[in-house]
Amino acid sequence: MIRIRGVRDLPREELFTPGHGLCAGCTAGTIVRHLLKVAGRNTIVVNATGCVEVSTTMYPYTSWAVPWIHVAFENAAAVASGVEAALKVLARKGLVDPTREVRVIVLAGDGGTYDIGLQSLSGMLERGHKVMYVLYDNEAYMNTGIQRSGGTPLHSWTTTTPIGKVMRGKLQVKKPITDIIAAHRIPYVATANVAYPIDMDQKLAKGLTVEGPSFIHILQPCPTGWRFDPRYGIKVGRLAVETAMWINWEMTEGEFKVTTRVPRRRHVRHYLTIQGRFKGLTEEEIEEIQRYVDREVERINKIAGEEVIGPLVD
Amino acid sequence: MQVLEGYVKQVRVMLNSNYAVAYAVRDVDVDVIAAYPITPQTGVVEKLAEMIANGELDAEMIHVESEHSALSAIIGASAAGARVFTATSSQGLEYMHEVLHIASGMRLPLVMSVATRALSAPINIWCDYSDLMNVRDSSWITFIASTAQEVYDTIVEAYMVAEDPRILLPVIVAYDGFWMSHTYEPLYVAEDKSYVRTLVPRRDRVKLDPQKPVTMGALVGPDWYYEIKYQQVAAMSEAYEAIREYDRVIGRAFGRFYEPVEAYKMDDAEIAILTYGGIYGSLVEAVDRLRGEGYKVGAIRLRLWRPFPVDDIVRVARGVSKLLVVDRAISYGASIAGPVALEVIASLHRAGLDLDVVSYVAGIGGRPVTESDFEGMFKLALKLGRRAREIGTIYWGVRGVSYD
Repeated sequence: MIRIRGVRDLPREELFTPGHGLCAGCTAGTIVRHLLKVAGRNTIVVNATGCVEVSTTMYPYTSWAVPWIHVAFENAAAVASGVEAALKVLARKGLVDPTREVRVIVLAGDGGTYDIGLQSLSGMLERGHKVMYVLYDNEAYMNTGIQRSGGTPLHSWTTTTPIGKVMRGKLQVKKPITDIIAAHRIPYVATANVAYPIDMDQKLAKGLTVEGPSFIHILQPCPTGWRFDPRYGIKVGRLAVETAMWINWEMTEGEFKVTTRVPRRRHVRHYLTIQGRFKGLTEEEIEEIQRYVDREVERINKIAGEEVIGPLVD
Repeated sequence: MQVLEGYVKQVRVMLNSNYAVAYAVRDVDVDVIAAYPITPQTGVVEKLAEMIANGELDAEMIHVESEHSALSAIIGASAAGARVFTATSSQGLEYMHEVLHIASGMRLPLVMSVATRALSAPINIWCDYSDLMNVRDSSWITFIASTAQEVYDTIVEAYMVAEDPRILLPVIVAYDGFWMSHTYEPLYVAEDKSYVRTLVPRRDRVKLDPQKPVTMGALVGPDWYYEIKYQQVAAMSEAYEAIREYDRVIGRAFGRFYEPVEAYKMDDAEIAILTYGGIYGSLVEAVDRLRGEGYKVGAIRLRLWRPFPVDDIVRVARGVSKLLVVDRAISYGASIAGPVALEVIASLHRAGLDLDVVSYVAGIGGRPVTESDFEGMFKLALKLGRRAREIGTIYWGVRGVSYD
C-alpha cells in the first residue's frame, strides 16, 4: 500500500478516465479519481445507483479502467459481499490466482447509504466482509434532482423540503450515519472531506489495509444541489471543517482520533451564506444550527479527551 | 446401492425435495450460496449449511439479512466468476422481485430453487403457485418439478442451461411447498459427485477481473436499451433447443428422460387434463380411475414454464376435443384467471386450434387437490359443456360457489 504524505506520492496513472458527465465543479469526480489512484488496478468497484453511476457509464462508454459493477440502489453492500466471497472461494479452489490480492470497494451516495441501502450495509458489516465502503455524501438525492435524504442537514432547502412560510427547509438534523456504522465495531471508520485530499487519501489507503470492513464517509460539496458557484467546491468543503459543520476523524479498532484539528472555529454563517440552499434562513434559524454544531463540538471534544475543536472566534 | 443398467452409478436415498435440491447443489460444486430463511424453503439451506460444516461442500455461505440481499449477493458472486445458488419461497421471492429482472438483464447464470407458497395477505405458509406465477415476466428460465427425483435432476440440468454461452440466463427450479418440500420420497443420486461435476464443466465467461476490466450494469439509453432486451428474447427462445439437448444429456447420464411436456395415456384420449407440480401424481391416478369408468381421458404435465413449450402443447393437445387446465394461482381480473390456461389458449390459437379449454383454479393456499378433485373437475366440465367458456375460470372447491 502506498504511503501518502503529499499529492506527489499518488501515482500519475488515471484509472478514472475523462469524458464522464458529472456536473461542472462536481467534487465526486475528484473523490473517485483519488480513490482509484490510492487503490490501484487490482480493484473491483461496486457502485450503488446515483450520480457517479449514471454519469460515468453511459453505454457504450465508460470512465472506469478497473472492473466495475452496478446492480441497484439499495444493494451495493450485498453485491460487494458476493464479490468478496467469490474471490475468496475461487482462490481457495484454485480457480483464480490465489496470490493476487483484489480489493473490493463500494461507492455509494447518501441516499444509497443513509436510507435505502442501510439494511444491506449493516448486514455486510455484521458479517465482516473485507470490503471498503466509500460514502460520497452530497446531502440529498442529487441524481433525481435534489430531494431530501437522511443525510440532509437541518434547515437545508431541497426540492422536497422547500423553505416556505410554515416549513423551513429540512426540519430534522443529519442522521449520524458514521456513529451508526461505528456501532458495528468494524476495524476502521473515518470521516473525510474532499477539500483535505491528503487526509482523505491516507484514510482511503488505511481502509484498504484493514482485515474486515472499513467505512470512509466523505463530504462531497455539490454545486448543483447546494447552489454555489462551481469553482467553490473546495472552498465550501474547507469552510465546513473551519466552522465544524464537518469534523474529520477516524476510529481505528475503537481508538478515536480527530485528524484535522480546528484551533479557532468560525461561525456557521460563513459556511451557510455561501450556499443557496440555506438562503432565506432567519438569524434565529442560523443560530439554531450554530447551537447544534456547538453541542456536536462539545461531544467530539469529550470523546477525544481534549479540545481538538476550538472555541468560536469569528 | 443400485445401479441402473448402462448409466452412472447411483445411490438410492430417501429425501424430501428440499434436501434433493441441496444434494444437487453439492454435486455440481457450487461456490457461493446466499439465502434467507423462509418457510417452506428453509430445509434447503439448512442441509447445505450442514454439508459445508461437514466439509462435503467447499462453498462460501453468505448469511444475508434479506432475500433482496440474497439475490444481490449471488449476482455479485456470479459476476466475479463463481457458480452460485439461492433458494426462496413466497414473500421472499416477491422481495427479490426488482433484482430478478436485473439478474436476467445482466445475463448471469444464477440458479434458484423455489418451494412454492401462497402470498400474503392473509398470511399463509402453504402451497400454491402465486409466488412463481408473479415472476413469470422476469426472464428467468423456469422449470416446475413433480417429484424429488426430478428436483435433483433438474437442479443439475439448470446449471447446464444457465451457463451455456448461448443462453446465460438465470434458472428457477420450482416445486410444491410442503407437498414436496417436506415429503420424503425415494430417489437416486449420483454415487460419485465428481461425475456430476464433469457433466457441468467450468466455462469461461465475461467477469469482474482486474486483468481484463469490464463495466457491468451500465446506464443504457433509448438508443440501445431495446436491442439489448431483444437479445434476452432471443436467448430465451434459443434456450428451448438447449433444454431439449440437456434433457437428453441428463437422460443419458442418469437414465431418466424428461420432456418439456409429459403425456400420460394421451394416444387415444378425447379429453385431457393438464397440470403441473406435485399434484400431477394424483392426476395420473384420477385418469386411471376415469379410464376404469370408460372415459377416454389423458393427463398432461407441464415441466417447462419459461420458455413456454408452445409446440409441445399443441402436439399433445391436437387430438382432444376438450382440455382442462388446472392452475394453482390466480391472475386477478384477467380474461382467464389461470396463468397456465392463458398460455395454453394462446399456444392453441397460434396453431389455429379451437378446442374447448376449461380453466380451473384449485389448491389455493394449501387446499389439497386429490384424485377425487380431478374426477370432480372432469365431470363438471362434461356437464357444463360449452358453457365453461362463458364462465371463463372455474374456482374449484371454494365454499359457497357453485357452477351447477
